[in-house]
Amino acid sequence: MELHELTVHELQELLAGGKTSSEEIVKSLLARIDAVEGEVKSFITLTGEQALDKARRVDAKGNYQGIAGIPMGLKDNICTRGIKTTCGSRMLADFVPPYESTVSSRLDQHDSILMGKLNMDEFAMGSSTENSAFFPTRNPWDLTKVPGGSSGGSAAAVAAGQIPFSLGSDTGGSIRQPAAYCGVVGMKPTYGRVSRWGVVAYASSLDQVGVLSKDVRDNAMIMQIIAGHDPLDSNCVSLAVPDYTAGLDGSVKGMRIAYPREYFGAGVDESIRVLIMQALKKYEELGAIVEEVSLPHSEYALPAYYLVGPAEASANLACFDGVRFGYRDQTAENVVDMFSLTRAHGFGDEVKRRIMLGTYALSSGYYDAYYLKALKVRRLIAEDFAKVFNDYDIIAAPTTPTTAFALGEQSGDLLTIYMNDILTVPVNMAGLPGMSIPCGFAGGLPVGMQIIGKAFDEATIYKAAYAFEQNTDFHTIKPQLGVK
Amino acid sequence: MALTIKEVEHVAQLARLNLTEEEKIKFTEQLSSILNYADTLKAIPTEGIEPLTHILPINNVFREDQPGPSMDREEILANAPLAEDYQYKVPKIM
Repeated sequence: MELHELTVHELQELLAGGKTSSEEIVKSLLARIDAVEGEVKSFITLTGEQALDKARRVDAKGNYQGIAGIPMGLKDNICTRGIKTTCGSRMLADFVPPYESTVSSRLDQHDSILMGKLNMDEFAMGSSTENSAFFPTRNPWDLTKVPGGSSGGSAAAVAAGQIPFSLGSDTGGSIRQPAAYCGVVGMKPTYGRVSRWGVVAYASSLDQVGVLSKDVRDNAMIMQIIAGHDPLDSNCVSLAVPDYTAGLDGSVKGMRIAYPREYFGAGVDESIRVLIMQALKKYEELGAIVEEVSLPHSEYALPAYYLVGPAEASANLACFDGVRFGYRDQTAENVVDMFSLTRAHGFGDEVKRRIMLGTYALSSGYYDAYYLKALKVRRLIAEDFAKVFNDYDIIAAPTTPTTAFALGEQSGDLLTIYMNDILTVPVNMAGLPGMSIPCGFAGGLPVGMQIIGKAFDEATIYKAAYAFEQNTDFHTIKPQLGVK
Repeated sequence: MALTIKEVEHVAQLARLNLTEEEKIKFTEQLSSILNYADTLKAIPTEGIEPLTHILPINNVFREDQPGPSMDREEILANAPLAEDYQYKVPKIM
């Protein structure tokens, strides 16, 4: 096995056992990036030189605890001091943050090593990474397919063996959907579990930062480090973070698992439905109690999301006006034209659409009919989940209705694109933790199973996901990149 | 709900987005189709349901008001498209 094929915990064992050094790992990954980046294109910015410097410093210390000496990548909406952070947008193409996000600073304090910043749909709006202002990323399993989005670079880089783990963000499915499309493990924690300080906001009542990794143990290890109270994000709660890896015992005996019938309906590919039902059967064999339930308002989560998300985005993105940072149109002669031309040229189409949609939904005369209505429906969606969680420990479902689609395939019809997130959006609307893990292949492409938990109970999701992973080998199958 | 070009022009003006004539036509069509989809929400009775603005049962999170180090002024201004004498510079306002 090459170093780039290993998981975080495998690399950690090698480091702690004196079998390799951080510098060797970084060099192996840089060689891997060199070999496959031309095809995959996951990185907006590479920080190879800095990574080698830091690896040497970590090696000099020789204290390989946890993620010390282990490389990673960050979605490019996570601010890194002194390193360009673009959000996949022309607006921030040259933006160099004067401060560091809490999540990246925690990884840095644990001596993890940044390899670069990862491609994404502009301002995290999209499901294919084709909305990046710079270039699309390709799915390592099939280079004609999208990696999903908006954290497409974060998922593709892990799947391609360019980095052992990455951070992404998830507002309506942006970690789980690309994780499913690329065959990796992706966790969106509970709203409020992880700090968003220094993460460029899209929709503040929905955004969460999470982890993409090669297996469940790695994911739990990293979540342990980034989760927990941060006084700099007032929505990041001061609840104790349990020991996630300690709970990985491989047992689901007596665990109560619900599967919502609405998540298996029209629009979900038969091949995916079959794979999830097989996974549920596996859980039954392992001693779990598996039963069908109903989340009756599921179909309304997506239309409600396309009012709530854009409404919040229209306010959050008002700060991009060409005054304090980012792109500015230099031709305007007065300040209002400067704002309007800067935003016209700095933002791509999807961002403009969502800003206008949100502005409309919040505007006088339409606020009650659209924005307020969506918030009322949001409560009904959250209550549906709460009722099921009175009787069950987790909910299992497909992550996406289809496998990865072809680049350019969904460029025409917006609603078809939005449907990619139909099974992930309800979880954000209810603020719950949700994870996607590999559960098989359809037509040669990975399929993800989504596991949804109670608020702040990521531990039970990890436990259930780990038990499944221990009894299957889907997570060990790798895409055949660079083999010609 | 079908939007008119006039409504799209108004929204774009509120959002400070300069649109070309082609964009106005394209966005009118696209936003109308999304709003039509949003109209499916009207089918759900929501009488007496409280809007859910915030998912966590917390409000007014306070901390001690203690002075700490500020960010470096030059580092912050390095991102400004135009700055002079430690101030942001913009085209004329009036």
